[in-house]
Amino acid sequence: MSYIYFPGCSLRSTGRGYEESLLEVCRALDLPVDELEDWNCCGATSYMSVDESKAFALSARNLALAEKQAHSSSDIQMMVPCAACYLGLNKAQHYLKEFPDIRARVNKALSSAGLVYSGQARIRHPLDIFTNDVGLDKIAAKMTKPLKGMKIACYYGCQLVRPYADFDDQHNPTTMGKIMTALGAEVIDWPLKTRCCGGSLTGTIEDVGLRLSYVILAEAHKRGCDAIATACPLCQFNLECYQGKMNRRYGLNGTVPVVYFTQLMGMAFGLSEKKLGLKRLFVPLPERGAVAAEGGAHVRG
Amino acid sequence: MSAVNSSSNGTPKVGVYVCHCGINIAGVIDVKAVVEFAKTLPNVTVAQEYKFMCSDPGQELIGKDLKEGKIDRVVVASCSPLMHEATFRRAMAAGGGNPFLFQMANIREHVSWVNKDKATATQKAKALVAAAVRRVVFHVPLQKTQVPVNSDVLIVGGGISGIHAALTMADAGRKVYLVEREPTIGGHMAKFDKTFPTLDCSACILTPKMSQVRAHPNITLWTYSEVAGVEGYVGNFKAKIRRKPKYVDENLCVGCLECIEACIFKKGKFKDEFNVGLSLRKPIYIPFPQATPLVAVIDPETCAYFRTGKCKQTCAEVCERKAINFDQKEEIKEINVGAIILATGFKTFDAARISRYGYGKYPTVYTSLEVERLVNAAGPTGGEVLLPNGQKPKAVGIVHCVGSRDEKTNRYCSRVCCMYSLKLAHLIHERTGAEVYNFYIDMRTPGKGYEEFYDRLMRENVHFVRGRVAEISDWAMTPDEEGKLVIRAEDTLVGAVRRIPVDMVVLSVGLEAQPDADEVRRMFNISCSSEGWFLERHPKLAPVSTFTDGIFLAGACQGPKDIPDCVAQAGAAAAEALALIDRGHVELEPNTAFVQEDFCSGCKTCVPLCPYSAISFDTSKNKAAVNGALCKGCGTCVAACPSGALQQNLFTDEEIFNEIEGVVKYV
Repeated sequence: MSYIYFPGCSLRSTGRGYEESLLEVCRALDLPVDELEDWNCCGATSYMSVDESKAFALSARNLALAEKQAHSSSDIQMMVPCAACYLGLNKAQHYLKEFPDIRARVNKALSSAGLVYSGQARIRHPLDIFTNDVGLDKIAAKMTKPLKGMKIACYYGCQLVRPYADFDDQHNPTTMGKIMTALGAEVIDWPLKTRCCGGSLTGTIEDVGLRLSYVILAEAHKRGCDAIATACPLCQFNLECYQGKMNRRYGLNGTVPVVYFTQLMGMAFGLSEKKLGLKRLFVPLPERGAVAAEGGAHVRG
Repeated sequence: MSAVNSSSNGTPKVGVYVCHCGINIAGVIDVKAVVEFAKTLPNVTVAQEYKFMCSDPGQELIGKDLKEGKIDRVVVASCSPLMHEATFRRAMAAGGGNPFLFQMANIREHVSWVNKDKATATQKAKALVAAAVRRVVFHVPLQKTQVPVNSDVLIVGGGISGIHAALTMADAGRKVYLVEREPTIGGHMAKFDKTFPTLDCSACILTPKMSQVRAHPNITLWTYSEVAGVEGYVGNFKAKIRRKPKYVDENLCVGCLECIEACIFKKGKFKDEFNVGLSLRKPIYIPFPQATPLVAVIDPETCAYFRTGKCKQTCAEVCERKAINFDQKEEIKEINVGAIILATGFKTFDAARISRYGYGKYPTVYTSLEVERLVNAAGPTGGEVLLPNGQKPKAVGIVHCVGSRDEKTNRYCSRVCCMYSLKLAHLIHERTGAEVYNFYIDMRTPGKGYEEFYDRLMRENVHFVRGRVAEISDWAMTPDEEGKLVIRAEDTLVGAVRRIPVDMVVLSVGLEAQPDADEVRRMFNISCSSEGWFLERHPKLAPVSTFTDGIFLAGACQGPKDIPDCVAQAGAAAAEALALIDRGHVELEPNTAFVQEDFCSGCKTCVPLCPYSAISFDTSKNKAAVNGALCKGCGTCVAACPSGALQQNLFTDEEIFNEIEGVVKYV
């Protein structure tokens, strides 16, 4: 079985580093991944707030394509890394299951393209797949350069775990932290793991959006983290790209690197900065010296 | 057995009575048409309608026709047999007939209440009447049997409900077995400092009752014990009680505490269950000073002797009365009782399930039960409200509805939390002078003196914020929030999000059914609601009875309740049990299974299937035999019997097939 990979638009634009590092990490973990052929935008939150049934149709087309592409109808596993896509596809699946009239309308639209949605595909986030399918032991076994000495604030954002994720606690998720701990990092405990980063407000009502991003950065900074790890391309963008503005407006004291958790996993696996898209960062990670030499023995024990 | 021929008076004469039930039935069904139709059915000698068949004049119609010899069997087309089957059977007996030559057609719940179309409703009513008429012809006269009732009673659970029920029954002269799982009776009430709304001392009103239980000649108290099994039926239950070893002889121990002093553990090391983990106890302990019985107990999970085999056994050495016995074994007691009262109580909601409230993460977030111990003079801090750092809090937030009124946890209101939150607010404010904030959805204070208590708290300058708390965190946004816990909630009266920094949070946890409620329900053959509370027979008219005769409910095992309601219900359960016992006998319904021996091949298929162990096997005759007193009429054996030798009174093949034919033949 291979995972049907749904990149979503962001991973082909602002979130390039997420895709690059994710695919490298999957390769390192021997996870077979096939990209969904002819995929389209999930509809995201913007379409959902304008026209719900069209948004559902956009998501359902991707789910129907996955059913078509899968080898067996009983085990269709989609890998959906973007938190917004994960929410959008899940929301469509839940609504189509619960409301037969929406499902009939969507299937009518899909039939014009020769597609049928049956609801068989399982929508999985990489955090879920890494934790539950691969397992922390196997992840730790792949480690060559542990993240020793790095203090990481794991940030899940508001869309990933609420309301549909069934692989983690909806208010205090821990899967990312467990992976980071397994790879030798020190994970800081903080209460803003699932607080909204401002989402698209940063582009529409800047004052509100920036303020929301700022409190997250400020708290992570205050708790002494070396980097924030995210699982969402929009969170990464909001938190990283406006740090200059936040410094000027609110007096954010310094900068905080904001990276994808997959980039940190890749670093621990000893993959190159270039392969992991780390050179794309505006706020680079601090130089780490020669931590890597002893190969992670101290973490695995 | 052809029922038609076995009928006492030759050709059966069926009377059909169709009820209007006001407009409940007549508003939808053409009652006249049903009566005219009934007149055309074979064996029907009388068919008439009446506005309310269950009224005295309605019942007298049946009696009069029976006495005049116009009828010998009766069909009443009205409501569900659950409502009035007993009524009409009594009417038949009053008229000199056999009450089992009777059948009800349910044309209200099954027809008029669920149909709008008059024509189809009338047609269905006719079909059900035809079925009943055809069936009742095959009924045979049956008799209820009487069995004597054992006058002893078993009460399960020694909280305030079980205690009150036990004392009531014992005072009435009945022998009571009171079984409690913990080492002492007293339940949750023993942990409280004060009770709302009067603020009277909980121990002062509870402990006299506890000691009465201990001293009462009619009460056998078995603590640290559980019911292991129950058999039998109303009036004649057999119960097995498992008495766990305390490793201390109850008859010898006087509770002098010397063994506890002498234990090789110089200090407490293990979580003290009675103080809900806020203090530490030794492996040998007495839960609290007024524990009843006042007997030490050794916990083998933590005792060095049981864990390692290596221990100087200093506890046994110092005991002058030689009460400590490491070889004590579990005991099974078998008792016979006529009635059982379940008073197994509740557990509090696990606050860690709502991760955003930080219970288990922030040491200054407490559950209400923990704070009950903190404010208790006999508790771990001697009644002082102290944080882990030894300081008194300056600001305290009380979060209502934790695990109540919430789609994600429990939808129901736990009923007691508003009032106990007010009580704790008062006690904390009184003992610390702290600002106390209550975060509530709605204040629910219906009860004698309850609203007045709420009013008093408002005048005591306790703060009330209407809004469910979103989260509790150590995330400070301003300097005055540093080092505090911040409670974030929408104040729905002001229409704004509020952040209130506090030193201490009290989570007012709701009440839940005991985790083993489902096992207990199976053991006693009763039902649970979807939330796990034991189900009463009727929510209004039989609130302490269950669907199993002879088993009654008291207290919070039936649903969240405060102390006054628990005591009232315990009294009611005791009265119901006394009414059953004082009758001296019970009447058993005759709808039992019986074996037609000529057809029984002796295959024994039925024997293990019977859930009530009512079927035995007669090896001399090589036939199965049913004990009518044990049979509940579930029909399992009848369905399973490969040769059709097992039949059930009131559900013979003839009766059932003719009922079905009645539906299909006449409509």
